[in-house]
Amino acid sequence: MSGDGATARVYALHAVVIALLVALNYILPEYHHGVLARVLVLAIFAMGYNLLFGYVGLLSLGHAMFFAAGLYGAGLPLYHLGWGVVPAFAGGVGAGFLVSLIVGLLALRTSGVAFMIVTMMFAQVFYLVTLYFGAWTRGDEGLVLQQQARQITLGTGTLDLTNPATRYLSAVALFAAALFATLAIVRSRHGRVLVAIRENEERAKMLGYDTFANKLAAVVTSGVICAAAGAAYALLFGYVGSTFASVQYSILPLLWVLLGGAATTLGPLLGTLFMYYVIDITSSYTSAYMLIVGAMLILLVLWFRKGVLGTLRDRWLGWLP
Amino acid sequence: MTALLTTKGLSRHFGGLRAVDNVDFSLEPGEIRAVIGPNGAGKTTFVSLVCGRYAPTSGSIVFDGEDITAMPAHLRVRRGIAYTFQITSVFANLSAYDNVALPVQRTLTDGRSRGAVRQGAMEALERVGLAGRAHEQAGTLAYGHQRLLEVAMGLALRPRLLILDEPTQGLSDGEIENFIALAREIARDATILLIEHNMPVVMALARRISVFNAGRILAEGSPAEIRANAAVQEAYLGTAQEAEA
Repeated sequence: MSGDGATARVYALHAVVIALLVALNYILPEYHHGVLARVLVLAIFAMGYNLLFGYVGLLSLGHAMFFAAGLYGAGLPLYHLGWGVVPAFAGGVGAGFLVSLIVGLLALRTSGVAFMIVTMMFAQVFYLVTLYFGAWTRGDEGLVLQQQARQITLGTGTLDLTNPATRYLSAVALFAAALFATLAIVRSRHGRVLVAIRENEERAKMLGYDTFANKLAAVVTSGVICAAAGAAYALLFGYVGSTFASVQYSILPLLWVLLGGAATTLGPLLGTLFMYYVIDITSSYTSAYMLIVGAMLILLVLWFRKGVLGTLRDRWLGWLP
Repeated sequence: MTALLTTKGLSRHFGGLRAVDNVDFSLEPGEIRAVIGPNGAGKTTFVSLVCGRYAPTSGSIVFDGEDITAMPAHLRVRRGIAYTFQITSVFANLSAYDNVALPVQRTLTDGRSRGAVRQGAMEALERVGLAGRAHEQAGTLAYGHQRLLEVAMGLALRPRLLILDEPTQGLSDGEIENFIALAREIARDATILLIEHNMPVVMALARRISVFNAGRILAEGSPAEIRANAAVQEAYLGTAQEAEA
């Protein structure tokens, strides 16, 4: 592990990133302010994905189900049962915990391509379930959570999550929590074991590690972070729809992470931000924007195989976590 | 003295091949035991059964009075059985330090401070003479150093039984000298099971030798007895001397 100087530098860098995000709240024009809030929540999703894909080397194609578990776990009780914001958020996280625990227990019996397929199939089942119970979820059309339901009463005042600044700062706060949680995990002993499993699972086992238990812990942590992102999405943006459970939302976090740099703590944010704006800008010129996105991805894979931050770390900044 | 490790009727078949066939084996604590035999004799399969990488087809394994036949590999490691791989199997993309920190942090049941891991890891690296290369990436180390790192990882587990699978393969003469000294030092507080093709190393280290051939133990005895055994010469030593010539 790196020395104390490097540790201080790592925490300083992450603190600066958070401070910058907070400062942007007061600077950004309205449109970009809204975009960035959305990007931050999706970046939490990407960070959860990165924990499993980047650090443990498990490629899941089913993470939409964890995001959607959070989305529905928070949105449904708020919409149908009139839960408050805080219990609804806890409900979303709890749903993500349960789904990832069950899926992890079953899917981790496989590895490699089989793991990809099994997770994808589970996610498809989840997606179809959200459509099947259309009476409650209203399927693709989705539910819109009303403004008065998305408020937290604190003593005498209320925190209105539909207010742009509150929404943005809530997203930053949750992003910061997820970022520092990820940072703590990957720098911990457990994190070192996860990387060892990625590098050589057989060897890790022969050092006395229960690799199944470690991988299961990683699937659940990843699932919980993604569910927290889903729950936050429902509460901050007020929309709960089955699009978020579709296969597209399993592939997007993979692309975000690959772009920004797998197994880097800040890569997911960079990748999500970049991709969001590429789609946003190109789609205003042409309806064939996915063509441009595809071309960019091919270029990235050819020249920046390790993503933006992964390449930076290889060439110049070896201390980057 | 009670045996540290015993196997009874231990077998492992791969299809029709009896890789390990009805092996009764016993190892005393504090011993350095060499396992020799021609390629394909079942040596690596045998130790893989002991450390739990393969499940046996039949038979039983007892370690320190406990039946471990059905125990998963990682729990056997925790009981004190360490295996160093025949094919160098260090974590190539991690630093040498991280490679030994992994076994050290697993064995540390007391004290959660980072200092304890650092101290243990540096000690293990020092014992094999790699302390100066702690922050080099393991995959970029010279081959001989990777072999030593592999041994350091085994050592860092503080094993009671250390299984070394062809540790001197690919080492230079000077490195082999150092390895022999290191193995003697390790043997002061651990039992060693050594698979080795290099006869001078075997003769220098082993108190007893087990000769495997076609999945069975062909002979067992002191180095002098094995050297004098006609069947062994025919099965193995003759060809080994030819190979060395």
